[in-house]
Amino acid sequence: MAELQRTRAAGAGAAGRVVVYALLVAFALYYLMPLFVMVTTSLKTLDDIRAGNLLALPGQVTFDAWSRAWSGACTGVRCEGLRVNFWNSVSFVLPAVLISTLIGAFNGYVLTMWRFRGSDVMFTMLLLGCFIPFQVVLLPMAQTLGYLGIANSIAGLVFVHVVYGLAFTTLFFRNFYVSLPDGMVKAARVDGAGFFTIFWRIILPISPPIIVVCVIWQFTQIWNDFLFGVVFSSGERQPITVALNNLVNTSTGVKEYNVDMAAAIIAGLPTLLVYVVAGKYFMRGLTAGAVKG
Amino acid sequence: MSSATSAGAASVPAHSWRQAVENALPRIVLGPTLLCALVFIYGFIAWTAWLSFTESRLLPRYELAGLVQYITLFENDRWWIAVRNLAIFGSLFMGVCLALGLLLAILLDQRIRAEGFLRAIYLYPMALSFIVTGTAWRWILNPGLGAQQLVRQMGFENFTFDWIVTPGMSIYAVVIAGAWQSTGFVMALFLAGLRGVDDAVIKSAQVDGAGPVRIYTSIIIPSLRPVFFSALIILAHIAIKSFDLVMALTGGGPGYSSDVPATFMYTFAFNRNQIGLGAASAMMMMLTIVAVLVPMIYAETGRHRRG
Repeated sequence: MAELQRTRAAGAGAAGRVVVYALLVAFALYYLMPLFVMVTTSLKTLDDIRAGNLLALPGQVTFDAWSRAWSGACTGVRCEGLRVNFWNSVSFVLPAVLISTLIGAFNGYVLTMWRFRGSDVMFTMLLLGCFIPFQVVLLPMAQTLGYLGIANSIAGLVFVHVVYGLAFTTLFFRNFYVSLPDGMVKAARVDGAGFFTIFWRIILPISPPIIVVCVIWQFTQIWNDFLFGVVFSSGERQPITVALNNLVNTSTGVKEYNVDMAAAIIAGLPTLLVYVVAGKYFMRGLTAGAVKG
Repeated sequence: MSSATSAGAASVPAHSWRQAVENALPRIVLGPTLLCALVFIYGFIAWTAWLSFTESRLLPRYELAGLVQYITLFENDRWWIAVRNLAIFGSLFMGVCLALGLLLAILLDQRIRAEGFLRAIYLYPMALSFIVTGTAWRWILNPGLGAQQLVRQMGFENFTFDWIVTPGMSIYAVVIAGAWQSTGFVMALFLAGLRGVDDAVIKSAQVDGAGPVRIYTSIIIPSLRPVFFSALIILAHIAIKSFDLVMALTGGGPGYSSDVPATFMYTFAFNRNQIGLGAASAMMMMLTIVAVLVPMIYAETGRHRRG
């Protein structure tokens, strides 16, 4: 995109450039401020927090808050930190991401290469599913998970996230495959190659870019989810976002802001790391997602 | 036929039978997803709608009782506070995100050094959970040791900034945190849109003597109309569904002064065992989304067809 850079500011002059840069840097500082505050607060002692101010650097750096957040702080009645919930999140997020991505890939493949009467209608129906407020499915889903015997379990959370992630993953793959030239697939079909052969031999090998986008998107969405976690799980089964919220709202004795901040960073770290490592793909996922809204 | 599939199918005698399965495969593959959508989206909406017409409390009951839950809902002050808060939060959140996002995109579009770096800074909050964002801002905005105290230490001893603990003001604190999280995304959308504006049009306007401000206000910004639409749809969607942020930042408080429909629904359906009332409020959220988004999407796609 660099070659598309504008020449619009040509008339603005040197003073204009200074203003532009000053504004950009000011906004950048504003956007970084909460992260800075979180990190510094998590490294302070409580005395340090009370004596200093929001932007002050820690007088003495200590990782006590981190170890308490990880394995000692109270989330409701339990006082085991976020450790259990962190691994909880890992254990349902990974399967949910992989399953929803795989099914989405197959769906996208059918919706572009093997269209049949009514397949477009199906796609539209699925797409509308992206728009519903999930509040409207919570009560029936709570009942259904009970009937299925997977209420308050990892399996239940995987199930819910797969079901309500399919619309997005299908959309990603459909939009990617629809832009492919279909000559190869047509030729393969003429040669007698079947449905799965074409998928494994032709489609999958060219899919890595969209697979990465889809996996990152789903990972961010499901890791960050709070609504399904808080409604469909309790206690030790809760995902980390719910545990974080419980930790912050558990008021026994002194409010430990440093532990709150360390816990928040722990909860945010996986998606933040993904963003730092693969921000480019993340961006692509966001704008692709933007098409659907 | 590939070697893999023909080897597996060699034992099947009837070729036509195999062909029939092969022909049905696309439907078989798409079937489960379709079934999921039918049951877990459309079926569940109908189920919730049904519940909203019953007197269900702790347990769901299925005898219809007319509009009793909706009447209860509309007579509930807390619901109207939630609706009012959503209106305040929604309009300010969308307005701030659009304005700031557009401003940042225009600033970044001025051949900026380190553009990628700055863009990454504006965008990273989007990778965080609203719960993390809420937790961070709850600490920053707390009057005792947060921003208020910081400014007081700088010498402004009467400075007051206690929105987060003030009934009637706490919803504005939610706007601050929400805008911080989502502006970068809107910026990215606008930036992509700006990069798509035809350079020739701008060049010819410059030749005609139009200044930069005029070029922006009468050529570039109007051409971003589709971006405004997608940004509005996404922001409206985030606003109406907003739940996590309010839970983490204010918990709906003080009292229930910063409740929004999503937290109202959660409280009544899952904490107060008022399933019928919860269902009715969920249906109202659903209808609001339909009422807001359908005309917007219709206008958008209608323009595409005409264009």
